[in-house]
Amino acid sequence: MKAAAPAGGDDPFNAFITRCEGKPAGKGMLAGLMVAVKDNISTRGIPTSCGSRILEGYTPPYNAHVVDLILGEGAGIAGKTNMDEFGMGSSTENSAFGPTKNPVDPSRVPGGSSGGSAAAVAAGLVPVALGSDTGGSIRCPAAFCGIVGLKPSYGRVSRYGLVAYANSLEQIGPLARTVGEVSLLMEVISRYDPRDSTMRDQPFSPRLTGDVKSLRIGVPAEFFGAGVDPAVAEKVRAAIAVMEEMGAHVIPCSMPSMAYALAAYYVTCTSEASSNLARFDGVRYGPSDDIRMPWHDAFREVRAKGFGEEVRRRILLGTFALSAGYYGKYYAKAQAARRNVRADFARIFRDVDVIAGPTMPTVAFRIGEKTDPLSMYLSDILTVPANLAGIPAVSVPCGMVNGLPVGLQIMGKPFEDERVLDVAYAYEQGAGR
Amino acid sequence: MVSPDDVEKIANLADISLSRDRLGEFTREFNAILDYFNVLDTVREEAGEGGCEFNVMREDEITLSLPQDEVLALPRESEDGFIKAPRVME
Repeated sequence: MKAAAPAGGDDPFNAFITRCEGKPAGKGMLAGLMVAVKDNISTRGIPTSCGSRILEGYTPPYNAHVVDLILGEGAGIAGKTNMDEFGMGSSTENSAFGPTKNPVDPSRVPGGSSGGSAAAVAAGLVPVALGSDTGGSIRCPAAFCGIVGLKPSYGRVSRYGLVAYANSLEQIGPLARTVGEVSLLMEVISRYDPRDSTMRDQPFSPRLTGDVKSLRIGVPAEFFGAGVDPAVAEKVRAAIAVMEEMGAHVIPCSMPSMAYALAAYYVTCTSEASSNLARFDGVRYGPSDDIRMPWHDAFREVRAKGFGEEVRRRILLGTFALSAGYYGKYYAKAQAARRNVRADFARIFRDVDVIAGPTMPTVAFRIGEKTDPLSMYLSDILTVPANLAGIPAVSVPCGMVNGLPVGLQIMGKPFEDERVLDVAYAYEQGAGR
Repeated sequence: MVSPDDVEKIANLADISLSRDRLGEFTREFNAILDYFNVLDTVREEAGEGGCEFNVMREDEITLSLPQDEVLALPRESEDGFIKAPRVME
């Protein structure tokens, strides 16, 4: 895909918050590759802001595990990429550093929250990038910018050094223009790290055969239901038909828990955020006001200046959902819903090898178009199920609608990241990209 | 439905301040989201156990920590190897 002509400067789409001078080393699996790193992944000596004012001036004294791994394999860091503040958004408009633009059409959002990483890759500024995906934050921008992005299985990539937003949902993952490059980066970043106690020692071993003969592809009706743009649905059905022609079997299925998966996701992530973001008090790092003020006054003042509106909204929603009297109605119900989502996937996966559908219900929307928070949340409806269940999911480009990219989402069984990427590779080859 | 006063109360609990002139709009958006969350009332638990995240237990061993001087370079003020924090008692 060809990116729109740069508007000038070396970062015309505002993909980066910080550019780095680092050069790639000459040895290793990633020798010579420059990698863009999302700004919620800690980098020693390089500011890490999470797109927020509350981390202004913060430079981590240590690297995230994935950063040590890519540097150890000879990659260089091209810079830290723009994002929705703390990962809270689906458009990269909620950044203290201004919105990122979509290289395919700069009047449109690149998706989010890893919008800077996706835009940097789509614009050809870097070959590969790292993002993080809590409810679709890798797959959404990959779909909107016309590139490939993988959310690994929960427990497949170390979260050490990833600034936490919703621990039970999020994973670091790769973005690139091709499945092959995503697979290569995944091979490096999935190496075991005992510092993440939810990580399993099961490094990714690439297997790109491109063979989908007799593969059983489940297609849930709910992924093509209300709210999904018919033109997007049609493109995705055509992509699935390509794999059918290559010998795969398409099996219609149903996922009733989709009725409440999005609500379960938002209750869970805001609850976890309300706890996680309590650490940002301006005392140990970040900007602080007069420490002679009483604690709560100092705390409230620094957070009022430092957090953007969406972050405040999510902290409040989570505080409310966890409060006495409402816990049973919101948080406990959301966890029951989450178990049902997992059970639905487990049931479907008894009869199929992978599940396919659209990544996003629409193509990239215009910058400034979605002003209502709920309408922005609704755009995550097709990506959150994979996070709730901890399963691997990839978005791979499958054509255009009105000149804007559409993503095909392929979801797999837990720890079958290899198969998910192999199916994406088969489609990529079969579609003759 | 929550009222603007309720929203302010929650904000105080979370040590977040909201601007007075945005409070009405913020409350309206807050209620729209809570209204959407009501779909969770329809959840009937059919699944039993199941999940794929797990925790690995290990011995609590002493390892090297970050260099103290690098960590103490981050806060606004430190003293005798400690970070200075605002007063807790008023």
